[in-house]
Amino acid sequence: MTDLTSLSAADLAALLTSREVSSVEATRAHLDRIDAVDPDIHAFLHVAAEGALASASRVDERRAAGESLGELAGVPIAIKDVLTTNDMPSTAGSRILEGWVPPYDATVVRRLREADLIPLGKTNMDEFAMGSSTEHSAYGPTHNPWDLDRIPGGSGGGSAAAVAAFEAPLALGSDTGGSIRQPAAVTGSVGVKPTYGAVSRYGAIALASSLDQVGPVSRTVLDAALLHDVIAGHDPLDSTSLDETWPSMAQAARAGRTGDALKGVRVGIVRQLAGEGFQAGVKQRFDEAVALLTAAGAEVIEVSAPSFEYAVAAYYLILPAEASSNLARFDSVRFGMRVMPADGPVTSERVMSATRDAGFGPEVKRRIILGTYALSAGYYDAYYGSAQKVRTLIQRDFNDAFGKVDVLISPSAPTTAFRLGEKLNDPMAMYLNDITTIPANLAGIPGMGLPIGLAPEDGLPVGMQIMAPARSDARLYTIGAALERLLEETWGHTLISRAPDLTATEMFASEEGAI
Amino acid sequence: MAAKAALMDYESALAKFEPVLGFEVHVELNTKTKMFCGCANEFGQGANTNTCPTCLGLPGGLPQVNGKAIESSIRLGLALGCEIAESSRFARKNYFYPDTAKDFQTSQYDEPIAFEGSLTIELSSGRQVTIPIERAHMEEDAGKLTHVGGATGRIQGAEHSLVDYNRGGVPLVEIVTKMIEGGEADAPEIGRAYVAAVREIVKALGVSNARMEEGNVRCDANVSLRPRGSNVLGTRTETKNVNSLRSVERAVRYEIQRQAAILDAGGTIVQETRHWHEDTGTTSAGRPKSDADDYRYFPEPDLVPVAPSREWVEELRATLPEPPAQRRARLREAWGFTALEMQDVENSDLLDAVEATVAQGASAASARKWWTGEIARLANAQGVAAEALVAPKHVAELVALVDAGTLTDRLARQVLEGVIAGEGSPEQVVATRGLAVVSDDGPLIAAIDDALAAQPDVLAKIQDGKVQAAGAIIGAVMKAMRGQADAARVRELVLERAGQQ
Amino acid sequence: MPEISAEQVAHLAELARIDLSADEIESLTRDLGQIVDSVAKVSEVAGDDVPATSHPVPLANVFRDDSPRPSLTVEQALSGAPDREGDRFRVPAILDEE
Repeated sequence: MTDLTSLSAADLAALLTSREVSSVEATRAHLDRIDAVDPDIHAFLHVAAEGALASASRVDERRAAGESLGELAGVPIAIKDVLTTNDMPSTAGSRILEGWVPPYDATVVRRLREADLIPLGKTNMDEFAMGSSTEHSAYGPTHNPWDLDRIPGGSGGGSAAAVAAFEAPLALGSDTGGSIRQPAAVTGSVGVKPTYGAVSRYGAIALASSLDQVGPVSRTVLDAALLHDVIAGHDPLDSTSLDETWPSMAQAARAGRTGDALKGVRVGIVRQLAGEGFQAGVKQRFDEAVALLTAAGAEVIEVSAPSFEYAVAAYYLILPAEASSNLARFDSVRFGMRVMPADGPVTSERVMSATRDAGFGPEVKRRIILGTYALSAGYYDAYYGSAQKVRTLIQRDFNDAFGKVDVLISPSAPTTAFRLGEKLNDPMAMYLNDITTIPANLAGIPGMGLPIGLAPEDGLPVGMQIMAPARSDARLYTIGAALERLLEETWGHTLISRAPDLTATEMFASEEGAI
Repeated sequence: MAAKAALMDYESALAKFEPVLGFEVHVELNTKTKMFCGCANEFGQGANTNTCPTCLGLPGGLPQVNGKAIESSIRLGLALGCEIAESSRFARKNYFYPDTAKDFQTSQYDEPIAFEGSLTIELSSGRQVTIPIERAHMEEDAGKLTHVGGATGRIQGAEHSLVDYNRGGVPLVEIVTKMIEGGEADAPEIGRAYVAAVREIVKALGVSNARMEEGNVRCDANVSLRPRGSNVLGTRTETKNVNSLRSVERAVRYEIQRQAAILDAGGTIVQETRHWHEDTGTTSAGRPKSDADDYRYFPEPDLVPVAPSREWVEELRATLPEPPAQRRARLREAWGFTALEMQDVENSDLLDAVEATVAQGASAASARKWWTGEIARLANAQGVAAEALVAPKHVAELVALVDAGTLTDRLARQVLEGVIAGEGSPEQVVATRGLAVVSDDGPLIAAIDDALAAQPDVLAKIQDGKVQAAGAIIGAVMKAMRGQADAARVRELVLERAGQQ
Repeated sequence: MPEISAEQVAHLAELARIDLSADEIESLTRDLGQIVDSVAKVSEVAGDDVPATSHPVPLANVFRDDSPRPSLTVEQALSGAPDREGDRFRVPAILDEE
C-alpha cells in the first residue's frame, strides 16, 4: 500500500470515501510520521494523538453506518496555534499564553470539525505571528524540511513545514503580511491568503485586525481549494466577514487542471516586485514559469505599481499600531501568565507590567512599542494616518493594474529560505523580506503562493505569488492549478516529491534541479 | 483623605467669579443584549454569568454591533436635537485597567453618531436655560470591581480587588454638553435640572430604565470659575459619578465654593478628576490629568462604519414621543393644575398614570388625588411603584363610583384595598364585599329611630334646637351601618326624625 | 522626523505596560530609531487629497439582532484565570482609578 502520508488530501479523501482506507489508519500514519520527523522539524507545539484517533474512529463509524460525509471527512489537518481550539492549548507561539486552553473554538476550527476533518495538533509560529522565520516562537524555531539549518518561513512556518514534511496533508494558516504565502514559497508548498473577509477571523488571535486573514496550507492547489471551501463563508461573529455566496474553489481548481485554462488570460508582472534585490535563482525560476504561461497562451505584460515602494513602511506602522492595541488584553487578569514584580509593592499595575515584560518576546515588545509610538498623540497623523493613506494609494495601483490584467504575479519571496539566525538581529532586513506579500494584505486582495522549482544555486524551493482582485479568489485556483499542471508535466513529478527523506539517517538536499 | 477644604460662602463666590459648567452624562441602554456581543444585558444574577470570549476580552474574541443600540442612540440623538452623522465610526480608547476586559474601551472619537444639539430646561423660578449639546456617542460599560480588605470597601487601602464582567460591554450613550455659561447663581440647579431632563427624555424614549440609583444614568460634572471682568476661562475639575439629582446640585455648588476659596487665596486649581462623597457632601482629589491620558484613539478595525440612511433617520424621528417638557406644559394646561400640584405628580413619577386615568374618564383632580394620595401611600408602604399596584382603568372606575355616590371616600379606600389584593375590579369588589353606600332610606330610618330611642337625652337636646348634638346619633348610626351610609344623608334624616318625635 | 530618545521609549513602555529593563530600553531605542527612519517616508507620499483606508474591503452598517446568545458558563469564563475568588477574577490591589 502507498504511504498514506505522501498522498494529497484529495487522493486520501477518495480512498476514505471508497473505504479502502480508514480515517484511523490515515490519522495513525500521520501521527507516526510526526513521531518520526517532528523532533527534527519541530512543526508542532502540541500533538493531540488521542483526540485525533478518537475523532477519526467516530468518522469511520459514521461512514460505516452509511452516513454521507463531506469530501474531506476523515482527512487529518494541522492547525496554526494562532487559532483557538477548545480541546488543545492555543498559545500563538507566546510564553504569555503557555498552556492556555480556550473555552471556545475559532469559527474556522468549528467548521473543520463540522466537516469531520481530524485535527492532529497545533503548529508552531512566530510569537503572535510577528515574524518571517518562526525564530520568534517562544518555543523554539521550526526547521525547514528541505534543509534543517534553514528557516521554514513565517509566521506560519509550522503549518508549512508540517505539510512539506508530510506530517499532515493540510494545515490552516493565517496571513497578515505573507505568513501563509512566504512559508509556502520557502518550503515548496501551496498557501492561499483569501480575500479579506472571506474567512472568519473569530477565534483567530488578532495580530493586525485589518490585515489578518485565515487561509489554507497544502501541497497541491486542489487541496488548498478543498480546504478553502470548508472554512470560507459569512460569519456573523466577525463584523468584517463578507456576506456573500462564493463559488466552489475546488471546482475552480479542477477547471484549471483540464483544458486551456490559461489561454487568453491576461497576466501582469508587477515591475516593483520583480527587480532588484531578488536572488538570481528566484528570478530565473520565475522567468521560466512566465515563459511556460506565455507558451500556454497567456498574455503576459508588465504593470507598474509605484506606491508599492511605500508598502513595507505603511505596513510596519499599521501592523504595530493595531497589534499594540490587540495585545493589550494580555494583562494577567482573565487568562494567561501572571508574574509578580521582582521587588517593590505588588499592585495590579506593576503585575501587569512585569507579566508583559516576562511573557512577551523581544520582537513582540519591539512592535508594541513601535505601535504605541505610532498611535501616540502628536504622531498619529504623520504615522498611522499617513500609512492609511498609503493604503489607499496601493489599492488604487491594484485597481489600475486589474483594469489591464486578470491576475498579477511576482515571486512569492525575494530569496529562498535563509539560514536560521541569519537575520534575527536585523529587524529591518527581516521586514524587507515581506515586500512581495505585503501589498495584497494592505489592499485586502487574495494571493496564492505555489512552488515553481528549486533555485539552482542552493537547491531550495522557489515560489510564485498570484494575486487577483478582491472576491476573485476562484481565479487564483484556476490559474494556480493550471500552472501547477504545466510545471509537473515539464518536470515529470511534483516538486514536493523531491524533498529530502527526513527519516533516512543522512539527509541530502535534493540534487535534481527540478525544472 | 485630604484635609477638609476651605469653602467660600456661595454669595461671595458668585460675586467674584462666574461659574462655567459642562456635563458628561452616561446613559445605560436597556437593550436585551450587550453592545458588542449577544450576552444578556442584565447583571442581577451571579458574577460572570453573562460573559463570552468577546466581552471577556479573550484572545480571538471579536465585536458585533447591536443594531437596537444603534437605533436607540439615534433616537436619543434626535430627541436631544442633534444631527445624526451620515457616517460614524467606533474607535478604540486605549488604557489598561482590570475592569476593562480588552484593555481598551470601544467608544467613538472624532466621528460620533450624533452631534450639535440642544436641550431647553426650566428652573423652579420659571427661568428657561438652553443647554448646548456637543455630541452623543456610543460606547461600552466596564466590568464591576469590588475592593476587598480595606476598611471602607473603597479602592484606597484595599488588599486586592475582584472583577465581575457582567456589566462589561453593556451599551452606553455618553452625552457631552458644550460649555454652559451664564448660569450664575442658578448653576447648581441647572446641573440638577439638566440631568433630570436627560433622564426624563431617555425614559420617555424607552431606551433606558433611567434609574439613577442603579447607575442607569450617571453624571460627571465639570466646573470652572472665571474671575469677574476676565475673559480667560479657569481651570476645570471633573467630578466623577455624581449619581443622584440632588448630588449633582450639591457637587456643583461645592466645587464653586471650594474653587472660589482657593482662587481667592491666590491659589491655582489643579486640572484633575474629583470624587464625590455622598455622605459628607464633599469632593476629594482624584487623579491629575497627565500625559498618561494619551489614549491613542484609532478607528476600531474590527468594526465597520455606521452610516444610517436619511430614510432610516426620518423613520426613527417619527417614533419620537412628545418632548417631556412640552408634554408637561400641555397636560398642566389641560388639567388645570397649579405648578405645585403638577410638581407633586411629576416628583412621584405619576404623570403617565394620571394621564391614563384621565383618559379612562376620571377628572384630573380626582385622578391626581388618588394617585398621589392613597395609592402612593400604599405603594410606599409596600416598597413598590404606584403603577405596579393598580391599573389606571381601575382607578378611573373607582373615581366614577365615588362620583355616582355609590361609594364614599372611606368605602372607596376599602374597595381599593380589595382591588390591590387581587379581588377584581372596583365594581367586583363592591359586589363581593357588599361595600356600596346604603341609599335606601328604610334601613337608615330604622337605625336612626333605634339610636334616638337609645339616647333620649340627645333627642331632647336636638328637639331643643341644639343641632350639633345630632353628631352622637350620626356616629351611632354610621357604626350600626358599618360605615356604608352617606353621613350627610344620615344627618338630614336624623334632624327630620327628631323633629317628628 | 525626531530622534527617538531612551526617555521616550521608557514612556512608551509605561503606556504599553511593559516593565522593560534598562538594557531592553537601550536596544529598543536603537531599533526603533532605525525602524522609524525607514517608515517615516509614508508621510511624504500621501497628500491631504488622499482619503485614509481603514478597511481593505469596505462595508458599512453591519448590525446584529438584539437577541441573546448563550454565554459561557461561569467555569468556562474563569477557566483561564491566574487567580480567582469565588466566581470573580482576583487581581492585586489597584493603585489609582482609570
